[in-house]
Amino acid sequence: MAEMLRVEDLSIAFDLPGGSFTAVDRVSFSIPTGGSVALVGESGSGKSVISQAILGILPSAGRVVGGQVWFRDRDTSPEMDLMTLPNDAAWRRIRGQRIALVFQEPMSALSPLHTIGDQVSEALHLHRRLDRAAGAELTRDMLRLVGFPDPKRAFDAYPFELSGGLRQRAVIAMALVCRPALLIADEPTTALDVTVQAQVLHLLKDLQAELRMALLMITHDLGVVANIAEDVVVLWRGKVMEQGPTAELFRAPQHPYLKHLMASVPSIADRPRPTPPEGDAVLRVEGVTKRFAVRASGWFKASTQPPHVAVDSVDLEVRRGECLGLVGESGCGKTTLSKMILHALTPDEGRILWRDDQGVEHSVANLGGAGLKAYRRAVQYVFQDPFASLNPRMTVADIIAEPMVIHGIGTEASRAARVQELLHRVGLDPRHRLRYPHSFSGGQRQRVGIARALALEPRVLLCDEPVSALDVSIQAQILALLAELKRELGLSMLFVSHNLAVVDTLADRIAVMCAGRLVEVAPAAQLFRAPRHPYTTALLAAVPLPDPDRPLDFSRIRDGRASNPAAWPEPWRIGPGERLPLIEVAPGHFVRQAHMREAA
Amino acid sequence: MTRRFVSDQPYDPAHTVPLSAAQERFYAATPRQLFWYRFLRHKPAVVSAVILVAMYLACLCIEFLAPYDLETRHSDHILAPPQSIHLFHEGRLVGPFVYGFDYQLDLETLQRNYTPNPQKVQPLRFFCHGDDYRFWGMIEGTLHLVCPAEGGTVFLLGTDRLGRDIFSRLLYGMRISLTVGILGIAISLVLGVLFGGLAGYYGGWVDNIIQRAIEVLRSFPELPLWMALSASLPVDWSPVVIYFGITIILGLLDWTGLARSVRSKFLALREEDFCVAAELMGASPTRIILRHLMPSFMSHLIASATLAIPGMILGETALSFLGLGLRPPITSWGVMLAEAQNINAVVLYPWLMAPVVPVMITVLAFNFLGDGLRDAADPYSR
Repeated sequence: MAEMLRVEDLSIAFDLPGGSFTAVDRVSFSIPTGGSVALVGESGSGKSVISQAILGILPSAGRVVGGQVWFRDRDTSPEMDLMTLPNDAAWRRIRGQRIALVFQEPMSALSPLHTIGDQVSEALHLHRRLDRAAGAELTRDMLRLVGFPDPKRAFDAYPFELSGGLRQRAVIAMALVCRPALLIADEPTTALDVTVQAQVLHLLKDLQAELRMALLMITHDLGVVANIAEDVVVLWRGKVMEQGPTAELFRAPQHPYLKHLMASVPSIADRPRPTPPEGDAVLRVEGVTKRFAVRASGWFKASTQPPHVAVDSVDLEVRRGECLGLVGESGCGKTTLSKMILHALTPDEGRILWRDDQGVEHSVANLGGAGLKAYRRAVQYVFQDPFASLNPRMTVADIIAEPMVIHGIGTEASRAARVQELLHRVGLDPRHRLRYPHSFSGGQRQRVGIARALALEPRVLLCDEPVSALDVSIQAQILALLAELKRELGLSMLFVSHNLAVVDTLADRIAVMCAGRLVEVAPAAQLFRAPRHPYTTALLAAVPLPDPDRPLDFSRIRDGRASNPAAWPEPWRIGPGERLPLIEVAPGHFVRQAHMREAA
Repeated sequence: MTRRFVSDQPYDPAHTVPLSAAQERFYAATPRQLFWYRFLRHKPAVVSAVILVAMYLACLCIEFLAPYDLETRHSDHILAPPQSIHLFHEGRLVGPFVYGFDYQLDLETLQRNYTPNPQKVQPLRFFCHGDDYRFWGMIEGTLHLVCPAEGGTVFLLGTDRLGRDIFSRLLYGMRISLTVGILGIAISLVLGVLFGGLAGYYGGWVDNIIQRAIEVLRSFPELPLWMALSASLPVDWSPVVIYFGITIILGLLDWTGLARSVRSKFLALREEDFCVAAELMGASPTRIILRHLMPSFMSHLIASATLAIPGMILGETALSFLGLGLRPPITSWGVMLAEAQNINAVVLYPWLMAPVVPVMITVLAFNFLGDGLRDAADPYSR
């Protein structure tokens, strides 16, 4: 088979204030016509820089210092070196038409002011002479191809009317409408929920076969690679560590980096687990409901739309010394719930109870003054974004000492000693305590965030997606740290995440949330061994694994219906306005479903 | 199928490329140092900063720098044109000197004609004794940086209709014009931070009222409002009191822009994770404002204040030009320009408009400086 893209000894350097930095160092790979290759690496590996170089859109500080990129448009046409293209006009004949790009963030890749049809057909009109009607026809064909159920309606829709998954489909349609020979997908599914990710991967695979197009996938997710790419190039700090056929590499990784990476991927393993601790509940959530009014459009108009129910009578408890994993996709209400627990929002119905060290239960909503201060001391929060959650103008020592200062604990000297101890505890060098956050990497900052949360010796740690912004290998380290802290300090945890595999490493029990409701609560081992609810099984089935022998079963991921309660089969189906109880189907294992009269 | 390739490079996550000295410095830098590095990279701002610092330093010792006193009149040199400084006389180096004037009154047009007389070589003197002055109105002195030759003159920018040296008056005017901006901005800064902070922190109806008030204030036609306010200053006030009155008026009308930028910064920062974090730790509003919000927008504030100073200077100039601002004997650039109001000045005595040049230089310099400060203010953005 002819090779359509050959990258030979490509080196790219960036000019930085402190000198030049080699971002890509003699990387070579090739993509056969209709083949698929994945560039895999963590942040700073240079994978995105390579794709930018192929498209000629390197940032101004970067330049190609060596190597060629040979592109052969059709099997019969001559090869040309993209790095020596004479001018922008020559680039424009390639870019968008023969080589297209799909971005990570579907919302920012679409203009909010133009309809989907306009944006998709724009590329057509730029590259081909077509009248409007023919362009619209081709566009609708493409929208149908990428799986819009009603292409005519989608043509006139604005991006904000579409869900994240449909937006990404629109972006893919935009890239494919000129029928490019090569599609570069830069982390196309990273911003999507797992079930949607599986659908988009499925779509890309189908389209690739149908359009006989080559695919260059850029991702950090080994699971995605295993499911979509024939060949893989593993990059680390701009150098190729290992490359070859995906199945071969993933079955027997040879380079220590790939081995390390494979070991870091969180996976749902059937392993022996300690039985969940049976202590009394530190936090109890009882029938909590939160509604948000849909914003009225005018000053004096009252909203006539019914409020959006973000959290719908949720019951939960976090027991002493256990980690409860709260899993759900974006918009399921998990963040709203954690905000209510933190007393940042007040529930409309129901109550949240906190048991203090003396065993007295307090309703969190009624806390004030000293009671609230005690609650804040007992329940601490670890943020998702390690960059935004640390004040850039304070030193690390000041950041970690701040909660102690606020609560008036200790003297200057004792606080300084405690900061040293905490830094050591979370695996940071205490000598760096006078540095500012900008000099730390993402993983190190998250450690600072954890140290700050630990400063007050809390009983409960609420972690909201604490690792989703981090690289896989760093993720594993932070998860290990949290597990160690939980064990050694006897912490109770509420661990909120969209990723079942991440939750698995820590959680004793797992609660699955969908559309504001809890659908299944079970001990972790039980949930993974015998999931009952169709949503849970869909979530589990959608997690891509870096194992060529266990590919995603695309037939089990029903398009968009997994997260729609009205589309679940009986007895789990919840129609509009209906309510179903949580039923204990096994000890400690609750599922929201209708009473099974027939089965009983 | 491609062949398999395994690199022989070791994988050592702990191994890092040794940092260059510059990177090392960057990582250990405090936010203040980062601010400074970024500012230094903005060349126009650095040049402007140097010019402005020089101008303000000069304000401290005008009496010494100016060749003449503010009020010294040369009745035989009324409306004299600028004298240029020469170094060579008939191919011979004399050092800096000027040619003396020959004066003739054109009896037909009643125009004064001054012609440089190449015979009258008047070398300049340096560190010399000239006009008496009271340094800052207190210490008496006669020492000047530059004086004319004995019996000669040196009018670098000509003289006005009373025969006063425009260059010297320009220097004295600088003292007033540059400080009007600073005092005015101090007032508007206090008001802007206060109202903007209230609106941004409390939101709700407080925000609503302050925003509407700002809109009303901004919708007044600026010039008539200034005029009305300055016309209300009693005529019998002493010039110094008038001067403070004008700065207060300028400050009272200028705070709206600052208040808005403070409010928007407040709103944006309040949503930042690190502020939420402090709130969840149980920090009081005062602590959040002082410890987290203030340091984060202080640099922005300085930048916007710098950008607002030119408005003040132009405001004073405009008011004084219209005769409603400062009044003689206080001399500012605007007051001097008021004398260039008629067509005569433009056609016959263009040097009367000389104050326009320092006004432009100052305004541009403040704008560039503000730009540079604003770019440097956020060391974490690109």
